[in-house]
Amino acid sequence: MLSTLAAAVTVAAIEASGLVKTFGTVRAVDGLGLTVPRRGVFGLLGPNGAGKTTTIRILATLTRPDAGQARVLGHDVRADPVAVRARISLTGQFATLDVTLTGMENLVLQARLLGLNRSAARQRAGELLDAFGLADAARRAVKGYSGGMRRRLDIAASIVVAPALLFLDEPTTGLDPRSRSQVWDTVRWLVRQGTTVLLTTQYLDEADQLCGRIAVIDHGTIIASGTPGELKASVGSGVLRVRLAEPGDRDSARRILERALGVTVHPEPDPAALTARLNAGAEEGNAGDAAALGMFQLSREGIPVAAFALGQPSLDEVFLALTGHNAQENAAKGNVA
Amino acid sequence: MTMTVTALETMTLPGPDRLPRPRVVRNSLTMAWRAVLKARHEPELMADAIGIPVLFTLLFTYLFGGALSGSVHQYLRFLLPGTLVMTILLITVCAGLSLNNDRTQGALDRFRCMAVWQPALIIGGLIGDVVRYLLAAALVLGLGLVMGYRPAGGAGGVLLAVALILVFGFSVSWIWTSLGLVLRSAQAVSILSFAVQVPLSFASNVFVSPATLPGWLRAFVRVNPVSHLVTAERALMNGTAATGEVGWVLLASAGLIAVFGPLTMLLYRGRQ
Repeated sequence: MLSTLAAAVTVAAIEASGLVKTFGTVRAVDGLGLTVPRRGVFGLLGPNGAGKTTTIRILATLTRPDAGQARVLGHDVRADPVAVRARISLTGQFATLDVTLTGMENLVLQARLLGLNRSAARQRAGELLDAFGLADAARRAVKGYSGGMRRRLDIAASIVVAPALLFLDEPTTGLDPRSRSQVWDTVRWLVRQGTTVLLTTQYLDEADQLCGRIAVIDHGTIIASGTPGELKASVGSGVLRVRLAEPGDRDSARRILERALGVTVHPEPDPAALTARLNAGAEEGNAGDAAALGMFQLSREGIPVAAFALGQPSLDEVFLALTGHNAQENAAKGNVA
Repeated sequence: MTMTVTALETMTLPGPDRLPRPRVVRNSLTMAWRAVLKARHEPELMADAIGIPVLFTLLFTYLFGGALSGSVHQYLRFLLPGTLVMTILLITVCAGLSLNNDRTQGALDRFRCMAVWQPALIIGGLIGDVVRYLLAAALVLGLGLVMGYRPAGGAGGVLLAVALILVFGFSVSWIWTSLGLVLRSAQAVSILSFAVQVPLSFASNVFVSPATLPGWLRAFVRVNPVSHLVTAERALMNGTAATGEVGWVLLASAGLIAVFGPLTMLLYRGRQ
């Protein structure tokens, strides 16, 4: 008894290895392995067509993998899909609610399917509508809802009875900034309640904001994983960003910085901005010293600087360093799914 | 925004242990309730299906009734059981339309990753459709009564006739659920159903007795299942003997379910 309890606590939320799923000639998932611990938000980060949605569909028992193993909360997705389904919820990329029904009816329906009786279902639906700021729209058909309202109702439907593991497939794609931060608040709240969340995203700042751990996916396999800090550290000790007062100074400033720092300095899309990735493996102090030296040289040569900052590399830069291509470029080329 | 966060903070999640195992009856009834709700919110889905037979009942009775049967009343006695059959058969396609919508709009995926008895979506949907059939039957019968139709079979005969048509409608629905899972869009389901149903309805004994038809057409009308159903309905509603035809209709219903029921389930499960 005690040992089963202990097993239930220690078993990982997801353990997958060697997953393969082919659609025609496209290997959407190609030997993917993944371990997601209990609690917290785990981010699956990758561009469009990288295999994020297919991976989630396999883990949520919707798609049968061609090869490989996956256990969700200790249950095999192929051998015992019902046990998996009893413990998970999935909020897909596109809202799947009944648009002709009202918000209230949608939530009551979901609660009834999960076994709540009529009055408990109504009560629970009412609580959720209040909590998600949808009480005023409760009796309106969902087709009149905004994108953000639909997404919130979709997430509410997923937690009518709290799942042990919640899959959120690109929960903020297509949302305005305000709705986006509302969804983020909801995810943080769910995690405080003890739910494990596996979230896919193509937004690097979203992964950075929400996720305790991130796996970077490209062409159907995991190419890196760790905490956001670890991933950034693996790319380099820091990034120096400089914004000049005069765009016309940029070429000479670039030469001066390259000489002072000993690394390549990249021009940014902003015509007055430059970025230098400081040497990989350098210690924290060295990055600071190097940046200070660079700024001193600029000042000595009489080039006025509007702003500068020494920071960690962004996940955009991480992606570029890991894959050798830009996340956006890949989205354009690899959009097959 | 602030309100949302505060409200969230005060709510707790019930534990994950409350997720139950699938339940056959309960899940099916919930899905039936969903189908009824959807029907109520989308009356336009039924409007076409009811509009055509109502129009035909009025048109044929008043325009051709005298010419075809000697009197309007005489013809209505012949026609009304037929338009009732036509109405219900046209509505059966709703089962395929809503399943197709569920597939293309993601509801199917939502239910498929829940611990719900999986056939409940389809079977519950068909149970919910019975409400549509009853509503449509009441409408057509009501119209008939207003126009002066007096069923010789009495209330009992009419109820039996409606019951028989519900059984047949339920059975035919399985054709459309299969197609709803295969065809690309609801529009394709709709077009195909129309292409099948119009010839089946017209090349039958709904409007005229097959006695005057050319031989090849008469042969088709005789094997057309719609003709058998219409004959059975006429017999029940007009109070004449109907055992043979009723038996035939029930047999055909069983056959349809035996073929398209498992096929629907196979297609539903196979969609991975």
